[in-house]
Amino acid sequence: MNETAPVESQGFYTEDMTISVGPQHPSTHGVLRFVVKTDGEVISEAIPDVGYLHRSIEKIGEKVTWHGYVPYTDRADYLAAMFANQVFCMAAEKLAGTEVTRRGEFCRAIACELNRIASHLISVGTFGQDIGAMTPFVHALRERETINNLMEEICGARLTYNYIRIGGVGYDILPETCTRISEFLDHFEPIVDEFNRLLSNNKIFIERLAGVAVVSKEDALSYNLVGPNLRGCGIKWDIRRDIPYSVYPELEFEVPVGTGRVGTLGDSYDRYWVRICELQESCKILRQCLKMLPKGPAIAKVARKFKPPVGECYARVEAPRGDMGFYVVSDGSEYPYRVRIRTGSFTAMSIIDKLSKGIMVADLIALIGSLDVDAPEIDR
Amino acid sequence: MEVKEIYQLLEKQFPGKVGDFKGEVSEPYCSVNPEAIVEVSRFLRDDSKLKFEVLSDLTALDWPKEEKIQVVYHLYSYSNKSQIVLKVDLPRENPKISTLEGVWKVANWFEREVFDLFGVIFTGHSDLRRIMLPEDWVGHPLRKDYVEEEEYDGISTQRAPLVEKLLR
Repeated sequence: MNETAPVESQGFYTEDMTISVGPQHPSTHGVLRFVVKTDGEVISEAIPDVGYLHRSIEKIGEKVTWHGYVPYTDRADYLAAMFANQVFCMAAEKLAGTEVTRRGEFCRAIACELNRIASHLISVGTFGQDIGAMTPFVHALRERETINNLMEEICGARLTYNYIRIGGVGYDILPETCTRISEFLDHFEPIVDEFNRLLSNNKIFIERLAGVAVVSKEDALSYNLVGPNLRGCGIKWDIRRDIPYSVYPELEFEVPVGTGRVGTLGDSYDRYWVRICELQESCKILRQCLKMLPKGPAIAKVARKFKPPVGECYARVEAPRGDMGFYVVSDGSEYPYRVRIRTGSFTAMSIIDKLSKGIMVADLIALIGSLDVDAPEIDR
Repeated sequence: MEVKEIYQLLEKQFPGKVGDFKGEVSEPYCSVNPEAIVEVSRFLRDDSKLKFEVLSDLTALDWPKEEKIQVVYHLYSYSNKSQIVLKVDLPRENPKISTLEGVWKVANWFEREVFDLFGVIFTGHSDLRRIMLPEDWVGHPLRKDYVEEEEYDGISTQRAPLVEKLLR
């Protein structure tokens, strides 16, 4: 028998295997499931199966009052609860024509940027862990712990804040807390460089990610990728800069985009790198906010029985996982007629089916991590 | 470009297929006839002046009194920084509309969600399955008249009376 003949001609053939990844899989950060069809190590199809964490937050919105819905929005994305608070309040304020106090806006920006750092730390930390680097994860969580403590000082909660209310914020930020935040920033900025030494410039890490799961600009638009995933493809789009809201027009910050730093434009590494750069930008924003923090009330006077006029409104903010939108409809009563939450993870998840064709099983883990999908945000 | 101008352009391009325009509300929107939704969206995406590259959101509203379900499309143009809202009225009994999968790929998942929670059928959709709820779930929860089944797979869905008193 000729030993170099292809395997098939010798009567052997390979068969596609269907395996279930998840719902309880360490790399899925929550309850996600993929039905993966593989031929050996190469994936021919990975079908996402979501819905394990569906808590019908949108339906609950029709049963509780406008003020009463704010704590529920926390649960949409538990890693970045502040943004869901803010975007719901923004939608309600836009409907009712409520003005937010200036100090309230700055308090919101400070809380949100702290939250963004915390969320990105989780994202890049767990990403490293999925790829096989355990130490950066511990470093990232250590820093996040400090932010959680600061958050506890600001609003009394560590994860689900319920801090931003219609008209402003629940509690004013105290001067001592401001000092502690700026102390944290002094400590944190060098940590980002340390993180780069540990992970971003690590040869093994780069080799695992460069050129893996490349997203083209056309796909990014067609699949409506948002946030760092969109910017990773080289599209400079940040809602804070392009559809200005809150105090962001007054602040100076860069919008980092992917450049194909180590591989191809739009690969997994670019998406990761944008998040690292955003950590530094958030620090910059925080320093400016602390400096500019004006005096005055933190919350405007808002009726306890909040009844916005009949109408509808769509508000969006730049959350850590991109464009988070709330579409609210009011029929003039105390309860919202409909609340719709549009999240970045949901659309990011829908592209996985396409990107996973032809990649290795280990790269699927890198792909999920680099898109930074968050199960509760997908299912809501 | 103002939403009003976009609407006028649409009306010129598709006479009789776009309904009324509501500009006085906080969020201006155009009504579109159900059969024209694909061509209108393709025009909005491809027109060199409009360039609505992304479908930001696709959802539905249930209006039992008017006997209709409204499918709501939020389109956004990164180039022009403009937004347009399209609304399509469908009968509540048998809501059917063409899929936008061919225009924006993300519509696939958005439409699955609307199908799951509102029961709107998207004709031509490649994979119209429930997305949030299990395959054997009965009913479409975001409809206003949805009543939860008493149990699912032998597990009770009812709460203790104490909690019920606190609800509306």
